[in-house]
Amino acid sequence: MEHIRTPKVENVRLLDRSSGQRKASTGTLYLSATHTIFIENNPDTRKETWVLHSMVSSVERPPTIPAGSQLILRCKDFLVFQILIPQERDCLDIHTSLVRLSRPEKYSELYCLSFNPNVNKVEREESWNFIDIMADFKRMGVPNNLWVATAANSEYRVCDTYPSQLFVPKSATSAIFVGSSRFRSRGRFPALSYFHQDTLAAVCRCSQPLSGFSGRCQEDEMMLQVLMKSNPGSDHIYVVDTRPKLNAMANRAAGKGYENEDHYTNIKLQFIGIENIHVMRSSQQKVIDVGEMRSPSMTDFLYGLENSGWLKHIKAILDAGLFIARAVADEGVSVLVHCSDGWDRTAQACSVASILLDPYYRTIKGLMVLIERDWVSFGHKFSHRYAHLDGDPKEVSPVIDQFLECVWQLSEQFPCAFEFNERFLIAIHTHIYSCQYGTFLGNCQKERRDMRLYERSHSVWPQLWKDRAEYTNPLYKDKLSQSPGFLRPNTTPYCFKMWKGLYNHVEKSTHPLQSPADFLSAVKEESQQLEEELTNHQEVPPGGTAHHHPLGSRQGILNTKTPP
Amino acid sequence: MEFAELIKTPRVDGVILHRPFMPTVEGTLCLTGHHLILSSRQDNAEELWLLHSNIDSIEKRFVGSLGSIIVKCKDLRVIQLDIPGMEECFNIASSVEALSTLDILSLMYPFFYRPMFEVIEDGWNSFLPEDAFKDLETMTDEWRLSDVNKDCTVCPSYPPLVAVPKDVDDDTLRKVATFRHSGRFPVLSYYHKKNGMVMMRAGQPLTGTNGRRCKEDEKLINATLRPGKRGYIIDTRTINLAQQAKARGGGFESEGYVESIKSNILQESLIKLVEASNWQTHVKEILTTACLAAQCIDREGASVLVHGTEGTDSTLQVTSLAQIILDPACRTIRGFQGLVEREWLQAGHPFHHRCAQSAFSNSKPRQEAPVFLLFLDCVWQILRQFPCSFEFSESFLVLVFDHAYASQFGTFLGNSTAERAKLSLPEKTVSLWSWVNRPQELERLTNPLYEANSLVIWPSVAPQSLLLWEGVFLRWNRSSKCLDEAYEEMVHIIEYNKELQNKVNSLRRQLAQLETEDPLLQTLE
Repeated sequence: MEHIRTPKVENVRLLDRSSGQRKASTGTLYLSATHTIFIENNPDTRKETWVLHSMVSSVERPPTIPAGSQLILRCKDFLVFQILIPQERDCLDIHTSLVRLSRPEKYSELYCLSFNPNVNKVEREESWNFIDIMADFKRMGVPNNLWVATAANSEYRVCDTYPSQLFVPKSATSAIFVGSSRFRSRGRFPALSYFHQDTLAAVCRCSQPLSGFSGRCQEDEMMLQVLMKSNPGSDHIYVVDTRPKLNAMANRAAGKGYENEDHYTNIKLQFIGIENIHVMRSSQQKVIDVGEMRSPSMTDFLYGLENSGWLKHIKAILDAGLFIARAVADEGVSVLVHCSDGWDRTAQACSVASILLDPYYRTIKGLMVLIERDWVSFGHKFSHRYAHLDGDPKEVSPVIDQFLECVWQLSEQFPCAFEFNERFLIAIHTHIYSCQYGTFLGNCQKERRDMRLYERSHSVWPQLWKDRAEYTNPLYKDKLSQSPGFLRPNTTPYCFKMWKGLYNHVEKSTHPLQSPADFLSAVKEESQQLEEELTNHQEVPPGGTAHHHPLGSRQGILNTKTPP
Repeated sequence: MEFAELIKTPRVDGVILHRPFMPTVEGTLCLTGHHLILSSRQDNAEELWLLHSNIDSIEKRFVGSLGSIIVKCKDLRVIQLDIPGMEECFNIASSVEALSTLDILSLMYPFFYRPMFEVIEDGWNSFLPEDAFKDLETMTDEWRLSDVNKDCTVCPSYPPLVAVPKDVDDDTLRKVATFRHSGRFPVLSYYHKKNGMVMMRAGQPLTGTNGRRCKEDEKLINATLRPGKRGYIIDTRTINLAQQAKARGGGFESEGYVESIKSNILQESLIKLVEASNWQTHVKEILTTACLAAQCIDREGASVLVHGTEGTDSTLQVTSLAQIILDPACRTIRGFQGLVEREWLQAGHPFHHRCAQSAFSNSKPRQEAPVFLLFLDCVWQILRQFPCSFEFSESFLVLVFDHAYASQFGTFLGNSTAERAKLSLPEKTVSLWSWVNRPQELERLTNPLYEANSLVIWPSVAPQSLLLWEGVFLRWNRSSKCLDEAYEEMVHIIEYNKELQNKVNSLRRQLAQLETEDPLLQTLE
């Protein structure tokens, strides 16, 4: 609370710019330790707007105008609020407070760690067991006679950004992978991400080798060899370097780089060309700008979108995932994926490949498991990439945004293949940035353990699971009736669209248009009630109390039905 | 003339057909007077039947003695036929070229087509102007049906019967016709039941450089206005100035009309338009103008006169789209057919000229322009934004698009009612609507999400809200399997719900009956 100088200002005007609101509403602004709260004066509505401090990405103070002083709040979920405060002094105070509050310096300032964790002790402990990655490995048939668990990293000594439990080829001795880890950037040696039971091929991940121009490492070469041998059906593996070849070559000058095909037997090296985090950061900024344009012409809009290059990057990531999935499912060849440190592009490519390969990851629970495995557990710099704490702006980049968008693009091409809807993806996106739960805090498992996160906060997944009705796609046909397990998306450029649900809030509120999905969900819900009623009628003897569910519960879903 | 003269080689064996996203087919290629047919002559194998009139352009390629022809169609499909033998390939190509560019209307396929289905209702009589006027008469008595154009001499592109203000006599109409481009004097396009406002359409006034005026024209326009009310004139050529081109106090403002006639910007190749995204710009502009017209009528309670140059292209886009926005009846399958009849066919949109060629044509565009497709695209944009407000689904719009360009039906032949009468189309050909308005077709074209609503629907015209119409532009370049699957699932969910509702309702009735019949139960309660 020490950062709040003025907790309450009256006669403030607020304009929700991103939702296309045209007329500002007048009300009172409150600052709490966790939220900025605005309550409308209008006694009929008393509408409340709550903005979590951790969701604020920037606070701008444009020049003062005669009506007062202005603030512009830009949020990490792409909402933009314009605030007009009558007194400049108040405005300055609010500005200073918000700048400080929106940039926490310590984890303990974050929302999820700001309340007593022992109020719901049992619930808290259970929340962390809700998603079980080991159970998922078991689901894919691991461990088996090809892949085994290793405890070598249980104290995070081999690789401090890896999880404690890992799967490696059965014939990989600890000497081999420990040796390999010394030859890999940040010690991230090849480990199992996904095992494909039908072909016995595997998706593995690591970081770039420290090869420079001529460096070699016998253990690393052996590691790749045993990796190939762990797939009895093939005589080579693909090494997918997700970076553009030029970037990979440039890394050689710094003593890093990529595998030399002369030194490694039976590997095929493939570059994909996903750009680095800095390119992606500026590309996303351009998409946000496009979404914020006010009454642009068609040309402005399309040119802006094209010029951002964003969809080109999404396509590159999807292409990477598709390459891996094809190798595994069609050719039965194992794939080793890396980029530089193996925690950004590698996570993207591996998780997209899993989504394409395995229908389980297209369910609500399955996507949670996938994110927990390839992102949370394998180490991804959540706190840096999504600016949880005040830090280096160059570390910020929308890496997981892009993964979520790939999933959305796929759901547009395969409307029946995903159990969840767009709202689920957007909810995950919000939670990744907001830190209301501990799930996405820190950059790796060790860090989370060191800060005793599991004792001090809750996991987000049970909460999302509880709300799953809201996140369900009515068109989903479960994996049993769905003919292809392997999704083969069309990745020609014209198949990629702007994800308006995430970037463009304007369409949503100025035109509350009809949503077929919501309509169908309501119809399905009604059908379920009818089914219940039918069973009741059949069970209850004549004259008994039969439940009469009111028909037409979907009234009001269609906005055009309510008179203006 | 005999078709046989044009067909140099009627049949070739061992031809291979390539289509994107479909397996290749090997079979026999046959040319008839109206079709290109490829059949593998195996059971349950798919055959290709392509109307020559659907072919927009063909290209020949040779690799050794193997020739290929690439056929590009007006429905934007591109197929490749590998034909063994140089001579055969040449012959097929030149035959198809000749057959597909035949410009003799009386030789078109609709004159030869005999329906293989029972005509329940003759579509040629389904949407007559006199019937439409009867509906109008139930709402207002301020209009009359004039037969001033009965010989199609006053305005060749108008139908013999048009609705005009009651107080304006035929002599006045004749004089107004001389003041309007192509004789297209202002006629009634739409009557807004809610507030009695109207939308009129016309050709541009021939004011010339010295601002010529026409007393009768002003009288006619004034007759459409309520005393003391203002009206709007929307000139589709200068969309940005449209708002300014108001008629004050019912008067007639001449500013903006003297502007030289702009060349029709729509006469560019379709694919080029799509690529350069100018197409989307046109979609946005036409929709914006239609919204403007609808807004004047519904929100401001003013009557509107719409015109462009001739009043047969952009004018019709605007008047018909405004009706989609304002009038729920136009969003039904039958209502939409009526709209196309009234605002396009009877209003004299030159379909024959505009649809002679499409996107791939190499010849210089003469009068071809995708005006009607642009209208359908705009309808699709509104349909996409209001997926529950239209009785028809996207496939109906695609079907209308296909038939406007190449069809076995006579509906879209000719440029005007007069031309159609001269060709005796109603007697000699089958109407598209005869085919559509049968239960099995209607079922296929119905939107399962439809819930009738009587409101005005305001589409968003922000660029973010306007999408590329994939159903037309990418139809042949994507696999539709997953989208079809989704559609089926949607139908299934809704059908199942209806089935359950019926079951529950009948159970409830039974139960209610039991309760009244059983006096014991009543005493118990």
